[in-house]
Amino acid sequence: MAAYINGIGLISPQHTTDPALFLPDVMEYTADFLQVINPNYKEYIHPLAARRMSKLIKMGITSAKIAMADAGCQMPDAIITGTGLGSVEDTEKILTSMNAGEQLMNPTPFIQSTYNTISSQIAITLQCHNYNTTYVHRSFSFESALQDALLQCEEKVIKTALVGGIDEMTDNHLLITRRAGHWKMQPVNNLKLLSYQTPGALAGEGSAFFLLRDRHSPGDYGVLRDVKTFFRPKNLRITEQEISTFLSVNNLTVSQLDAVILGYNGDILFDTVYDQLGSGIFSNQQQIWYKHLCGEYYTSTGFAVWLAANILKHQYIPAAVKFNNQPVNPLRQILLYNQYRNTNHSLILISR
Amino acid sequence: MAKQVVITGIGILSSIGKNLPETIESLLASRSGIGTLKHLNSPHQDEFPFAEVPYSNQDLLDIARLTDPSNYSRNTLLGMIAAGEAFQHARLDRLPRLKTGLISATTVGGMDRCELYFNDFLTNNSKNQYIDVYDCADSTERIANILNIRDYLTTISTACSSAANAILLGARMIRRGRLDRVVAGGTEALTSFHVNGFSALKILDKMPCRPFDANRNGITLGEGAAYLILESEEAAREGDREIFAELAGYGNACEAYHQTASTPDGKGALLAMERALNVSGLDPSAIDYINAHGTGTDNNDIAEGLAIERLFGEKIPFVSSTKPFTGHMTSAAGSAEAILSILCLTHRMILPNLNLKTPMPELHFTPVTELRKNTDVSLVMSNSFGFGGNNTSLIFRKSTD
Repeated sequence: MAAYINGIGLISPQHTTDPALFLPDVMEYTADFLQVINPNYKEYIHPLAARRMSKLIKMGITSAKIAMADAGCQMPDAIITGTGLGSVEDTEKILTSMNAGEQLMNPTPFIQSTYNTISSQIAITLQCHNYNTTYVHRSFSFESALQDALLQCEEKVIKTALVGGIDEMTDNHLLITRRAGHWKMQPVNNLKLLSYQTPGALAGEGSAFFLLRDRHSPGDYGVLRDVKTFFRPKNLRITEQEISTFLSVNNLTVSQLDAVILGYNGDILFDTVYDQLGSGIFSNQQQIWYKHLCGEYYTSTGFAVWLAANILKHQYIPAAVKFNNQPVNPLRQILLYNQYRNTNHSLILISR
Repeated sequence: MAKQVVITGIGILSSIGKNLPETIESLLASRSGIGTLKHLNSPHQDEFPFAEVPYSNQDLLDIARLTDPSNYSRNTLLGMIAAGEAFQHARLDRLPRLKTGLISATTVGGMDRCELYFNDFLTNNSKNQYIDVYDCADSTERIANILNIRDYLTTISTACSSAANAILLGARMIRRGRLDRVVAGGTEALTSFHVNGFSALKILDKMPCRPFDANRNGITLGEGAAYLILESEEAAREGDREIFAELAGYGNACEAYHQTASTPDGKGALLAMERALNVSGLDPSAIDYINAHGTGTDNNDIAEGLAIERLFGEKIPFVSSTKPFTGHMTSAAGSAEAILSILCLTHRMILPNLNLKTPMPELHFTPVTELRKNTDVSLVMSNSFGFGGNNTSLIFRKSTD
């Protein structure tokens, strides 16, 4: 069962909030992590309400509203979000006050630190009483949300779903997770990400929401055909098998893919998986990468789905995301393959 | 045609028992797990009662038969023990593999380690092995590793309805043939983080919680883990095993009202129960017993009680909240209470709503206050409501096997 991508709202380190524009320019940064370009949140959220909200919640509500407006949808039949880390900023506020030995806490950060705050705040904003849930599984978070929406379309219980992936990064969280080896130890230039050849990724953040419909309608970007996650493949052979099984379930072979989006994040310890597939089963395909534009975060595949959807709609691959140069065909089938630290792998198939 | 979903295994670890037999024993004796906090170091230790699992992390390592000290969070240890029990209870360890998934729920994740070492995380490298333990997925992935589950795994967090939503998703995946078997449930350890948070919200009762009592004054926080083995009916036939119940219905609704409060008339609760009945194709009058969310807060119990009255009218089933037994197990409450509901089917009993002295004047019904044995129960409804107005209702049917 497929779903049609009918509206998109993306807040990212690039200029992406206007659905009418497709990467008009590319932002170059030299930074420890890529931060989103904040839109004027007051245009989307009442300033009184926004004052209490963390950036994560503001990003989530705003990008959800952009996606709904883009699709001309007033009320989705389901709100499904994915977030790997939830409200990092609010959680840190609480931990910092606990560290200082304070006992009487302001309850607001605690309330907002709950992972489903974004999906429920969107529900409150829209007055939407329909199905509402939140997935919080590292780089399966957004994929689980998409899978849930596809399943509901198949069950014929919904006609529309608002699906989003949201994660934020803070200075403290970067400092902490750097100790565990996730990130590069120095600031890097995002457009030269692969030239450093060092361990650790370039961190990022963002919020991507999609309005999916169970049938074709005007303004569709493309079709979300299928989503698959797999966990800890023993070796590259298993990964290749997962990819070919996924394609054959969808009546496709690798040679029928017009482009493959790969999750290169600059970490030489794990980018080798993409190198091997890129020079192996995908060697004749147009390869695309994207994390130099948005950074690595658990729900970064939201950015990649935005990218794939716009490539299909505009029939154009921006030079900044081309990893190689293959002859240009009509762009019909795009496969997104992502993995984080060779543990959480995902496949997303999007068609014209 | 959607496949039928049945329950073939149960694993539960809470303040009333470290496994299923101990849990049943406590229930039959009407023995509450609420007492004094011993293992969590909290400034609120003497202020509120808690339903703490009466074991240290070292004890839990021993119960789980883990020899490596490693970097387990308490959440992971609780989850591994309960999920492992469910897996063995369904004898899945002895059967050939069908497509099996793990859907686990938690909100605090590895916060117990994070709150202890946050200062180290910020200033030095001495506790680096605990950094990646902090998030919600860590416990899920470790449970998947010990049970060797590879086909599907994910983690759900919708606050106090999380584990009910894990069961709901597992059932939907089986019904559509995505998976044959699902280990579904939740795990939640007590942490200072959420003890302080609930205290700041001023919704913790200084006495053991008294759901549906006129003088109720809040929640008693508990901890633990609970998992069910869901299978398609075909998969369950394999290996001559017992079927404990059928999952007959499920429904989720969002109140879209307030981040931490219910609508006064319980609109979200009503919608969730109606949707569950709708999926099951049952009339409200078919339900024999409702295991209520019944937290003991002023707001929840009036909203849920009024919603029950609106839906069931004159014929209100037996109702009780079992939170005075286990405390509020937050993200694990949904699966723990689903299990207690199923035990009512298998043991022909209605569990009492302990600590209820003065019925609420606003309601026309009174929950069951004494254990009722030898009572035929065919259909039970289990309610779980969470922050964000996330409401889920599940319906279980007695197995005819």
